[in-house]
Amino acid sequence: MEEKNREGAVSAWDRVQIARSADRPYIKDFISRIFDGFLELHGDRLFGDDRAVIGGIAAIDKQYVTVIGQQKGRNAKENKRRNFGMPNPEGYRKALRLAKQAEKFSRPILFFVDTPGAFCGMEAEERGQGEAIARNLFELSDLRVPVLSIITGEGGSGGALAFAVANEVWMLENAVYSVLSPEGFAAILWKDKKRAEEAAEVMKMTAEELKGMGIVEKVIPEPQPANIADMDDLALSMRREIRSFLKYYQDMPAEEIVRRRKDRFRSYGVFD
Amino acid sequence: MLKEHFKKPAGEAETEISYEKPQAPDGLFQKCDGCGKIVLQEDIENNWYCCPKCGRYYRIGARERIPMIADENTFQEWDSGLTGGNPLQFEGYEEKLDTLRKSTGYAEAVVMGEARICGMRIALGVMSAEFLMGSMGTAVGEKITRMIGRATAERLPVVLFCCSGGARMQEGIFSLMQMARTAQAIKEHDEAGLLYIPVLTDPTTGGVTASFAMLGDVILAEPGALIGFAGPRVIRQTIGQKLPQGFQSAEYLLKHGFVDRIVRRERLRSTLGILLRSSGYGRKES
Ligand SMILES: [Zn+2]
Repeated sequence: MEEKNREGAVSAWDRVQIARSADRPYIKDFISRIFDGFLELHGDRLFGDDRAVIGGIAAIDKQYVTVIGQQKGRNAKENKRRNFGMPNPEGYRKALRLAKQAEKFSRPILFFVDTPGAFCGMEAEERGQGEAIARNLFELSDLRVPVLSIITGEGGSGGALAFAVANEVWMLENAVYSVLSPEGFAAILWKDKKRAEEAAEVMKMTAEELKGMGIVEKVIPEPQPANIADMDDLALSMRREIRSFLKYYQDMPAEEIVRRRKDRFRSYGVFD
Repeated sequence: MLKEHFKKPAGEAETEISYEKPQAPDGLFQKCDGCGKIVLQEDIENNWYCCPKCGRYYRIGARERIPMIADENTFQEWDSGLTGGNPLQFEGYEEKLDTLRKSTGYAEAVVMGEARICGMRIALGVMSAEFLMGSMGTAVGEKITRMIGRATAERLPVVLFCCSGGARMQEGIFSLMQMARTAQAIKEHDEAGLLYIPVLTDPTTGGVTASFAMLGDVILAEPGALIGFAGPRVIRQTIGQKLPQGFQSAEYLLKHGFVDRIVRRERLRSTLGILLRSSGYGRKES
């Protein structure tokens, strides 16, 4: 652990804290700075409109894309409305509806991932949280349009993966992505929540480590930890990267787009 | 969110659904942990691994399940030797796996292969709770993905007995990726017009529920099985109140529309037979 920090670099646990910080930009902050316009669309057509998930149509350089992601709140009132960015099943179903709509009208899909995880409540179970996430993984696997997921803060477990079945997954430098929270990991494997800091190291959940393991394609640098007060440069660099992603996939046949996405996931198999 | 719902922290008394496995007991006599009565081992085995006194369903693995489901001597294992690595170099993980392999006789938490049910050829998978609570690591994900892929290529229906605490924590993010891989394989099987039946047994939770367990054309469940995304303890902690009796039971899922049928063990083979036959299998086969 000492070794890893020898450059005076930020520890994994520091990054967990940065990723969870209330100063960190959320999807709405990114949308307003990266895109030229955004039309939000609501509802899953089955139960309701989950405010922990935002989705709609955005424009970038005269190209339309569908943008979907979790939205956290910055204060108690907002967090009540946004459920701390933890979607219920209707949030995943809204996302899937918008993703299928994007496919129908040939719009590329951009997911912005920032969630502690899918909500663990009674109503969520009653309405099929597991089914909702499973259905997303199933349907997103062969969508015929390019899909990009950018993990901007917390990429928590299946609740994040449901928005990350993509052709490419990128992470902001201080974002984290893991099978569960370091607190949960420490509680399960060591029966001691207080060892979360150590767990964060062991789990290899930072952008750089995940890129090294082939789980993400790109790490977007944060010269300073991303902060809503000063995020224009970051938004500009994200806009540039997104444009080149869109350009790269622009003329690719749908079959090829699907094949590449599938191959990407097939590669996460058994190895030595 | 797959938070801490696999094992109880030491010292916490469990009051509702127990995570302690009611294993099919060994030895001549056993005390049933359902009713507390002393029951004969032989009677349990002759009663579909249920308590002959109170009817409690004991957890069973591939060894017990396969003879119960498949036509006699028709099971042939696929990828039996396939195991995973230690992608996070998690301390003590390989030793733990070695110990489990010796004590359970299973190479991993799932056994895959082909068999016949009522004469019809199927791809069959069975997860075993004895092996790290049936948790899904790369080997489990790989075996399931390969099995479904082969079933798609050979145009076989898939029957998969689910039993899992969820993600294999020791494999971190690679465990998470198996959810997407298995779901993708099922999508291809589905697109090929083939039948997939997951059978949910106690417990089916976490990443398994949020992937292949919930993606069947027909979803069956065993009576009383715990089925959910988040575990009961996590939900209790999240909402800070007690959970109602029967929450996340198979019967609860049936009521809320997430499983097609609850099927008793003695009816499973014939129910699967009807589902297979009515979906067009077995017509051309001998
Ligand atoms: Zn009993």
